[in-house]
Amino acid sequence: MSRTATPSAAGANARTGSGARAPQATAGTPRRSRRPLTLGRVLTYLALTAGAVVVLFPVYFGFVGSFMGPGDINSYPASLWPFGGFRAENFTGALNSIPLGRQYVNSVVMAGLITLGQLVTSMLAAYALVFLKVRWRSFWFALFLCSMMVPSEAIIIPNYLTMSSLGLINTTSALVLPFLAHGFGIFLLRQAFLSFPVELWEAARIDGAGHFRFLISVLVPLSKPTLAALGIWSFLSAWNMYLWPLLVTQTPEMQTIQIGITQLRSADNFNAGLVLAGTVLAIIPTLLLVIFGQRFIVRGLTAGSIK
Amino acid sequence: MNEGFRQGGQMSAPGVASTNTRIRRKKAHPQAARTTDRGSIKAWWYLLPALLVFAAFLFYPLGRSVFLSFQGSDLFGRPSGFVGLDQYLRLFTDPGFRTVMLVTLGFTVLTVVPSIVLALVLGLLLHQKIKAVRFFRTAFALPFAYSVATASVIFGVMFNQATGVLNGMLAFFGVDRVGWLTDPAWALLSVSLATVWMQLGYNLLVLSAGLGAVSEDIVEAARLDGAHGWRMQRSIIMPLLTPQLFFLLVTGTIHALQSFGQIHILTKGGPQDSTTTLVYSIYEQAFANNNSNFGYASAQAVVLLIIVVVVSVVQFGILERKVFYR
Repeated sequence: MSRTATPSAAGANARTGSGARAPQATAGTPRRSRRPLTLGRVLTYLALTAGAVVVLFPVYFGFVGSFMGPGDINSYPASLWPFGGFRAENFTGALNSIPLGRQYVNSVVMAGLITLGQLVTSMLAAYALVFLKVRWRSFWFALFLCSMMVPSEAIIIPNYLTMSSLGLINTTSALVLPFLAHGFGIFLLRQAFLSFPVELWEAARIDGAGHFRFLISVLVPLSKPTLAALGIWSFLSAWNMYLWPLLVTQTPEMQTIQIGITQLRSADNFNAGLVLAGTVLAIIPTLLLVIFGQRFIVRGLTAGSIK
Repeated sequence: MNEGFRQGGQMSAPGVASTNTRIRRKKAHPQAARTTDRGSIKAWWYLLPALLVFAAFLFYPLGRSVFLSFQGSDLFGRPSGFVGLDQYLRLFTDPGFRTVMLVTLGFTVLTVVPSIVLALVLGLLLHQKIKAVRFFRTAFALPFAYSVATASVIFGVMFNQATGVLNGMLAFFGVDRVGWLTDPAWALLSVSLATVWMQLGYNLLVLSAGLGAVSEDIVEAARLDGAHGWRMQRSIIMPLLTPQLFFLLVTGTIHALQSFGQIHILTKGGPQDSTTTLVYSIYEQAFANNNSNFGYASAQAVVLLIIVVVVSVVQFGILERKVFYR
């Protein structure tokens, strides 16, 4: 993503105000000319800093507030620093007031199973669409694409009734089953598979490999970046789900962490620090994913937006 | 994700809306050449897992939603027989539903427009050759780690009328407490504010990717023609960004239409229904307080479906032709 400074760009800044001398500067001076701190650049920095402060404030407040005791966080005007000292008791309090550990496990299991399921079903379907003879190939692909258009909220009532009539309410199956396949994954992997030459398959066939062998031992290793992007995307969206887990789980022991932290709020004596500690605990996995999986996230998220 | 992916809408992929355009544009790909063994039944085994999931949890419920919307419901929510278009007639005559649609529209406008405009401003500023780009990029990307639930909980604490930090800051400037979530005049604005925060990073990411792909040749040519500064941004860079802006407009709209978590956590549709959007209304009719009003809720779900499909179709049908593509 980093852009190297080009001579043309450096020249443009020097040009501001005096058009005549600019071409000379571009041609004659060394490429890395030092840019003067013009008013425009100062304003750019100011605007960006202001934006960053506003955007980062909830992040900062959520983190620092999680260490504050009630005396600090409820002070008025508001305290922006734990003057009463950093306290860890909010974290232990959050862990003790609801089965947060259990809900953590629930979220990991749910998101893990959904990710695995989506990777497998998308891989198989995308493979069929690209490397196998399928009747009405474009119809099936169009169907998968159309499936992405359907908002899950519009079909949530029948899905809930299905789970209810199968007696699956408050089980892991209810959390996981509807999300084991997704049109987006099929689309993403199809694009990846299309980029491989068909000779690859022919070579594998000459070596005696069947379709499944070819998929597992040739295509999967070659599509690792796409698989990683899809995996991270699936995991993040599953981890962050709210409405569906809210509907199909009933006991605190079956709820996911996203539901759990909102329960901290409705506790009898509302303790803001405790609630914020819950959010800090809940974002740790996604924070790690965002930090370490950034390039995959970018790849997954912007798929389709860039021509 | 909100992007899309973060808003909990598992079935709404952030990349969705413009995937269709992408396919159409790649029509020329030699797919036929890849057909290796003809008449293979094997292909069905590969398609089957995905198709089974879609059949059970997407296509069947889609049909059942429409079916339920033509049914009345008894006290326990069981379909109580065919009532024709009664549920829909009720929608159009119910002043409560008119409010719901207005709130939905307001929420969509209040979240989509500011999140795109702010992302555009920040994106263009970041695209200047400045130092500390990495720092700013990371700062703007951090909200990604927050789910709708975690972000809403934090905003809920900040919005608290009695002890919240926002009112605390206002007090510092001698301004009276604002009932962010309790005053009907403010609630929708507050929920929208939190939503813009959640959406901004994703929009910025998409626009940055678009800016990164702007060809240096074009920029250089424009520069030789004497374009620079604001003129460059407005006449050269912005038109080149229209595909991304358009993509964000469509996905952002669909996303806003599907928002639920922030409303459920922050206001529960109140005060005085001032934040009851379409999806929240579906939830309220069907699930809140064991209402089990599945027929009426399903009619609203069908309305939601129609709106989202229309927005998507408009995207790759009509408006796309007006967008500037390289």
